[in-house]
Amino acid sequence: MSEIPGDLKFNKSHEWARVEDGGLVRVGISDHAQSQLGDLVYVELPEIGSSVQAGNAAAVVESVKAASDIYSPVSGEVVEVNETLNDKPETINEDAFGEGWIFAVRISNRAELDDLLDASAYEELVENEDH
Amino acid sequence: MRGGGLWQLGQSITRNLTHADKKTIVRRCFASEADLKKTVLYDFHVSHGGKMVPFAGWSMPIQYKDSIMDSTINCRENGSLFDVSHMCGLSLKGKDSIPFLEKLVIADVAGLAPGTGTLTVFTNEKGGSIDDSVVTKVTNDHIYLVVNAGCRDKDLAHIEEHMKAFTSKGGDVSWHIHDDRSLLALQGPLAAPVLQHLTKEDLSKVYFSDFKVIDINGSTCYLTRTGYTGEDGFEISVPSEHAVDLAKAILDKSENKVRLTGLGARDSLRLEAGLCLYGNDMEQHISPVEAGLTWAIGKRRRAEGGFLGAEVILKQIEEGPSIRRVGFISSGPPARSHSEIQDEKGQNIGEITSGGFSPCLKKNIAMGYVKSGLHKAGTKVKIVIRGKSYDGSVTKMPFVPTKYYKPS
Repeated sequence: MSEIPGDLKFNKSHEWARVEDGGLVRVGISDHAQSQLGDLVYVELPEIGSSVQAGNAAAVVESVKAASDIYSPVSGEVVEVNETLNDKPETINEDAFGEGWIFAVRISNRAELDDLLDASAYEELVENEDH
Repeated sequence: MRGGGLWQLGQSITRNLTHADKKTIVRRCFASEADLKKTVLYDFHVSHGGKMVPFAGWSMPIQYKDSIMDSTINCRENGSLFDVSHMCGLSLKGKDSIPFLEKLVIADVAGLAPGTGTLTVFTNEKGGSIDDSVVTKVTNDHIYLVVNAGCRDKDLAHIEEHMKAFTSKGGDVSWHIHDDRSLLALQGPLAAPVLQHLTKEDLSKVYFSDFKVIDINGSTCYLTRTGYTGEDGFEISVPSEHAVDLAKAILDKSENKVRLTGLGARDSLRLEAGLCLYGNDMEQHISPVEAGLTWAIGKRRRAEGGFLGAEVILKQIEEGPSIRRVGFISSGPPARSHSEIQDEKGQNIGEITSGGFSPCLKKNIAMGYVKSGLHKAGTKVKIVIRGKSYDGSVTKMPFVPTKYYKPS
C-alpha cells in the first residue's frame, strides 16, 4: 500500500481532501479504500456547478460487486470533475492519492477542514480497522 | 442457484468501509461473527489470505489475494477451487425414495439413468420455488441432493414434514445428512486434467451431470461433474478429515494455476453463465416456468403432474407465464438487484434481480423479470439507477458460452 501523503486531510469514511490555492479542495478516496473495494468499474461524478455538503454523498464508485457512496469532506461548489474516470475508473486503483482524484470543490466554510483527520490520525484509523 | 444473497454480502463489505464511523453497524457485525459456523477449511482459507465474511450463517471467503476480476478470469482461463462446504448434501434412501422426492420437485427423477443428475426445483403449493438443487439418482433406492446453505433449515423442515406423512402411510424412505463431509468445487479448463492426477477413474468417460463414488487422493468421494460457473468442472464431496489435504493436492497438481476462489468471483461466474441465485433470481413467489426453468420439468412430469403446485405450473406452461426471467446488457453504471426496468416510454415493466460488471466481457450484465411480450432478445429497455435511466437491451443468456463436458 502506498504511503499516505502528509498534506492530505481525511474523512473517517475514507475520502481525502487536498487544500490547493484559491480555496480549492480536491477530493478522492484513500489507497486503503480502493484496495478494499477492489477493481473499480464505474464512477458517477457530481455535476460541475452543483453544491455539496460536508458528510453528504457527492459521488458514487462501483466495484465489480457493489456501489459505494463518496462523502464530500467539505461543503462548497463543485468546480472540477475528473473526466478521465468516465473511461478509466481504474485510475483510482492505480493512483488513489494522485491521478485518481474525483472532484474539486470551492470551499464555502474553511472551518470544516478542522473537523478532518490529519494523515497520521487517518493511518491509525486504518490500522485499527485491520485488527 | 447456490448460496444466499451474495449481492447483499458484497454490499456489506463496502458498507462497513464507508460507514466505519457508525459504530452500531460495526458492533452488529462483530456480535454475529462469534456465532458463525466454520468449514473445516477455515484456517486454510485464512492462511491463504481469504477475506472471511458472514454468509448464510457461515464465515466464508469472499475473495483471497487475487481481485474478483482476476479470479473470475482465471477460472475461465485456468481453474478455480471453491470451498462450498456450507452447502447441505443429503441422501434419501429406501425403495420409495423416488416417488417421495417426485412429490416435492419438478424433475423426472425416475427417468434419470442411475449415476446421473439434473438441476431441479423444490416447489410449494402455489407453484413458487422453495429452493433449487442438483439431484442425482445414485441407484433406484438412493438419491443424493445438494441444497443451498441459506435454505438448509427450511428445506430440511419441508422434507421432514412430507417424509413423516409419507412414511406414516407405509412409504419406505429415510435421509442421511452428510455433515461429516465437505464439498469442494473444482471448475475451469484445468479441472479435469488436474483431478485426473488424483484418481484412477477415467474422467474422460465421466460426463456433465454424471455421478460416481470413487477414490480421490486416497479417500472415498462423491464426484459430480457439475458446477456453478458455466465451465467444465466437478463438485467433490470428501470426508471432512481429508478435505484440507485434497484442497492442497489440487492446488499443487495444478502448479498453482488453479487458484482458491471466493464467493465474490463465484457470483460473477454464475451471473456470466446465466445461472440463478436463489433468494435473488428465484423466490417463494416465482415459479420455475417464470424463472426460465421449464426445461427442468421432465416430459413425464408435465403429463402427470404430481408435484406441489403442479396445477399452477402446468397451466403456466400451457398459457405462458405473465413474467419471465431474462438477461440484460446495459450502459452506465452496473444494474444491481432491485433496479427498476422500464420500457422505452418510461413505463415500469419489471425489476433487476442480479447484476454487476462482467469481468470477462467488460460490460454490465444483469438478469431480472419483465412482463411477457417484452422478453425477446433485442428488446430495448431503460434501467433506472439512482434516479437516472440508462439504456439496456434484453440479451440471450448465458452471457459467456458454457463449456459443459458432454459426449460428442
